[in-house]
Amino acid sequence: TFYIEPLKINKLGVRASDTFVLTPTPQPKDDFQEELVIRPLHSGDIYASFQFRTLWETDFMRENKVSHYRLFPKSLGQVISKFSVRELHISFTQGYWRTMQWGQPFLPSPPGAELWVWFQDSVTDVDAAWKELTNVLSGIFCASLNFIDSTNTVQPSASFKPLGIVNETDHRFLRYATLPREIVCTENLTPWKKLLPCGSKAGLAVLLKSEKLFHSSFFSQTVHIRPVCQDRECKTTSWELRQTLNVVFDLHTSGQGKREWSLFKMFSRTLTEACPLASSSKIYIDVTDNPQEEYFELSPATPLLSQAVVLGDRRTFSVYDLTQQVTFGTVRSLNLLIRWKSTEGECSMLRPLLHAERYVAGYGLQTGEIHTVMYNNHPFRSFPVLLLDSVPWYLRLYIHTLTVTSKGKDNTPSYIHYQPSKDRMRPHLLEMLVQLPPHSVTEVTVQFERALLKWTEYTPDPNHGFYVGSSVISALVPSSVAMDTNITQEQPLFSSFFPCKEESSYFVRVYTEPLLVNLPTPDFSMPYNVICLTCTVVAVGYGSLYNLLTRSFQIEEPNPRLAKKIANFIRRIRGVPLLS
Amino acid sequence: MGLLSDPNRRRALISLLTRLNAPICGMPVDWLVKTMQARGLEVFTQRFSRTLPFPDENNERYIVEGTNVYGILRAPRAPRTEALVLSAPCSPGDDNNQAVGLLLGLAHYFRNQVFWAKDIIFLVNEHDLIGMQAWLEGYHHTNTTGMDWSPLQGRGGSIQAALSLELSSDVVTSLDIVLEGLNGQLPNLDLANLFYAFCQKIGVLCTIQGRIQRNDWDSVSGYSHAVQTMMLMVMKQASGRSWGDHGLFLRYHIEAATIKGINSFRQYKTDATTVGRLLEGMYRKLNNLLERLHQSYFFYLMPSLSHFVSIGYYMPAFGLLAVILLLRALDLWVQLATPPSRNEDGVADIEQSSTGVLSVLTPLVISHLTGAALYMLPVRFQEMAVEHFQVSETEAVVLTAIAVYTGGLALPHNTHRLISGEGTEQGWRVLKLVAVLYLAVLLGCTALINFSLGFILALTLVPVASFVTPHVPKLLSAVVLVILSPAFTLLFSVFIFQELQEMPVSFQDGWMLYLSVISQGILDHYLYGSLVYPLIALMVYPCWLLFWNILFWK
Repeated sequence: TFYIEPLKINKLGVRASDTFVLTPTPQPKDDFQEELVIRPLHSGDIYASFQFRTLWETDFMRENKVSHYRLFPKSLGQVISKFSVRELHISFTQGYWRTMQWGQPFLPSPPGAELWVWFQDSVTDVDAAWKELTNVLSGIFCASLNFIDSTNTVQPSASFKPLGIVNETDHRFLRYATLPREIVCTENLTPWKKLLPCGSKAGLAVLLKSEKLFHSSFFSQTVHIRPVCQDRECKTTSWELRQTLNVVFDLHTSGQGKREWSLFKMFSRTLTEACPLASSSKIYIDVTDNPQEEYFELSPATPLLSQAVVLGDRRTFSVYDLTQQVTFGTVRSLNLLIRWKSTEGECSMLRPLLHAERYVAGYGLQTGEIHTVMYNNHPFRSFPVLLLDSVPWYLRLYIHTLTVTSKGKDNTPSYIHYQPSKDRMRPHLLEMLVQLPPHSVTEVTVQFERALLKWTEYTPDPNHGFYVGSSVISALVPSSVAMDTNITQEQPLFSSFFPCKEESSYFVRVYTEPLLVNLPTPDFSMPYNVICLTCTVVAVGYGSLYNLLTRSFQIEEPNPRLAKKIANFIRRIRGVPLLS
Repeated sequence: MGLLSDPNRRRALISLLTRLNAPICGMPVDWLVKTMQARGLEVFTQRFSRTLPFPDENNERYIVEGTNVYGILRAPRAPRTEALVLSAPCSPGDDNNQAVGLLLGLAHYFRNQVFWAKDIIFLVNEHDLIGMQAWLEGYHHTNTTGMDWSPLQGRGGSIQAALSLELSSDVVTSLDIVLEGLNGQLPNLDLANLFYAFCQKIGVLCTIQGRIQRNDWDSVSGYSHAVQTMMLMVMKQASGRSWGDHGLFLRYHIEAATIKGINSFRQYKTDATTVGRLLEGMYRKLNNLLERLHQSYFFYLMPSLSHFVSIGYYMPAFGLLAVILLLRALDLWVQLATPPSRNEDGVADIEQSSTGVLSVLTPLVISHLTGAALYMLPVRFQEMAVEHFQVSETEAVVLTAIAVYTGGLALPHNTHRLISGEGTEQGWRVLKLVAVLYLAVLLGCTALINFSLGFILALTLVPVASFVTPHVPKLLSAVVLVILSPAFTLLFSVFIFQELQEMPVSFQDGWMLYLSVISQGILDHYLYGSLVYPLIALMVYPCWLLFWNILFWK
């Protein structure tokens, strides 16, 4: 009863006024879909990507606050309305995505934690809202997001455009920060799972057991909130909460070197049901490289096949629909098994169209040089990329030494946005648009000087080094097949995240590795030694001398003690000779 | 530790070692790439080429071309920020195949483990130090020595520590750790401690400078054994060369050491499995490090693997030597400050001081020009020398160096020809004051960077600096001065080093060794950026010439 009553009020309150009358068939106000994509990788490893999407047709920004939540997690809904958030993207990643071995991920993320937020243009003090928001999110996700402050926050001008409905893109309302040092573990996974409507009780989420997820080569969990269109004309908008979890299991350590993967082997669980609240619950297995089952076989086999255009490539998937009871068979449990016919793994590297790497060059503790190397492996097409670098203030970039070279020649960026750092206030921000010639290597170098920190500014482990976050490369890469531009058409979730505006290219974001830079570090054991030595000298040497000099020596008169006085008093009364 | 405890892995390692024992022409690059890939590593290669300034007769190479092969074991869930390196040099004709086999065996074993937190780079470098130099320069994208190398494709972030493995024979009875690196740099002492601790744990015989540790410290023979070990270390450090592939890592602030397998024909033999267990232990320890090795000493001398002499103990010895120079300088200063009795009018004083400046400046400039000639001429004029004399390029370089050095002894005559009039009593005092202070600063700086070199130079040059005046017996003093000059110091060092290594040589062989040491020193400078040759040629030798000049002051 408690549950139904507010729902009725809500229905009366919202729907009677606007859309309810207009649409003849009433759509559900909120909707939940879940999906698991499994892609056997070239290297013998296996990539599993979970996607959970909650759509809710509501308006968090209206006057009377939204108070009733069904599928959408209340904690996030309150965050959206309190801080007037238009878009929110968080990712927690442990490990680095190996593009050369695994190809492109469905949804890229940098090592550590990344957070970027677009605020509504009604927000007056964005910095204050951002600071409070990071602290709240830090509590929600049990992460160190509260370490985000002005020294690691930037406002990119071009690299991070809103992914949902775009009204205005004034980057004053955007904040972007990464924490490359953040370590992701079960305490971050648990609150993430609690955001799901079924928790980890039913549906695909039962597979998310941390003892297996953190026994992998790569782990990443994200939360994306954005407003999206409900239909083609965009008459109605709704809020989309997308939770994804990507994990790569290693052939050698998780798979014991055997090319045979099953749900049980990967997650130590099997599936018995879909989440009852989900409108769709599917498992996709990428079988593009295996059209006639010549390399591996799936068991149980499925007749359902689906095609989707993902990352510039038309892929074929075998589909298991968990909402159908027949999927679970007679044993009422689904344990998908992918078995290779030959055990030989291919070990050559891939050549993805776009990939990048970054490193620190030089030696010594005074100066250095950051090299960012971008590879365009397309045989005949050149394309532009946006490079975003956010470097902490304690690496003082010499921006006049910035060089961009492709094929041994200077490559002038067509757009450069540089915001110099302020000591202890804000980081460097460097954004530029670079055209990558076909089949080329483009190298961006900039020299820096290492600052000497104040002694309280060093971390507790200063000799570990200081992190510089990944640089972000955003690009529209030429696609070999026509991309799907129709956003309303029914698509698998994994292929529908980045909006696609033209058929000939697709959007890719590539993160480079973070850097670990050593700064000149004092020997912190020395102050301790000095303090010990000084204290000893003061205590022993000066102390005893001072004592000798200032003490006045005098002969003490023997003073009879109290007990003796009492004894003598009694003796005097008794008339006995006194004690001496 | 479970390395190679299961028979399959042991069989795999044995087959690898047998494969590698077959004679190989050059480095089997393709085979190495394939083998490493089959073990699940990301494999990359790097080509490099280098033309030496003159042929290296010791290693018989002039135009060097080669390929480095390295495979990266990516640690699970690590963001590619930290790495460890295990390297094994592999050259044609070199028999380090055991080490390469062990490296591949370890790569295979390490790949299946889950506990790695840092990437591990398995590097097989061709042409030992030159290949290593090319790889390190490529990894850090620097070019200090003008080598040609192709850029590296894969990296693992900042390298925390490195070990280089050299097993020169099939049978290993003991393991030796080599610490001395380029320019006398040493890795953090904790790396040596780690090695020693694991050798003790596993029960492997371990040595330093190839000498076994003795326990009888109290006895005279035990003490002298330890002193000899330490003197070997001093000699090696003073040479400024890299005594193993690890030496080049130290410039990049990477703690590194070379582990050598030695066959000393003992009863007890160490098999490859034991060496593998030792390395596994060391890498697991290094993998667990949260910070770079920094807690222990970087400046030390080791009389044995379990004992060390820290900078606090050995620096006072040098300090006492340097104080002699300062006291002598003070003495000269006081002598100069007291007004000479015979000059009473101010005019003469002024004249004298102007000639004084000239008399100091001229020898300074000329001796430094001679030093510059010693530094430049040998390599520049090797072709001309080869044309005019029937010698090889290497001999030409070395003999030119000796000729320039000897030619510099004629300096006093040149100087006196330039200075008009006679040198005064005041003049040589000023010159000596300058020279003594110069030497003090020079030795002080050298000792801070490379203690052994500074100390050996101080031992020979400080007596010279303190006794030389124009009034001592000329011939005797000249002989003493020449015997204590840097070139003779090097000659004596060669003989003492051979003596300490228990491989005494005849004078003839010693002389040949001396010539090759000179050529090696020059090559080390051009190939790896060793600073000993320029230091001697541009600073120490001119400084010594100043004293030579004072002796022959007229």
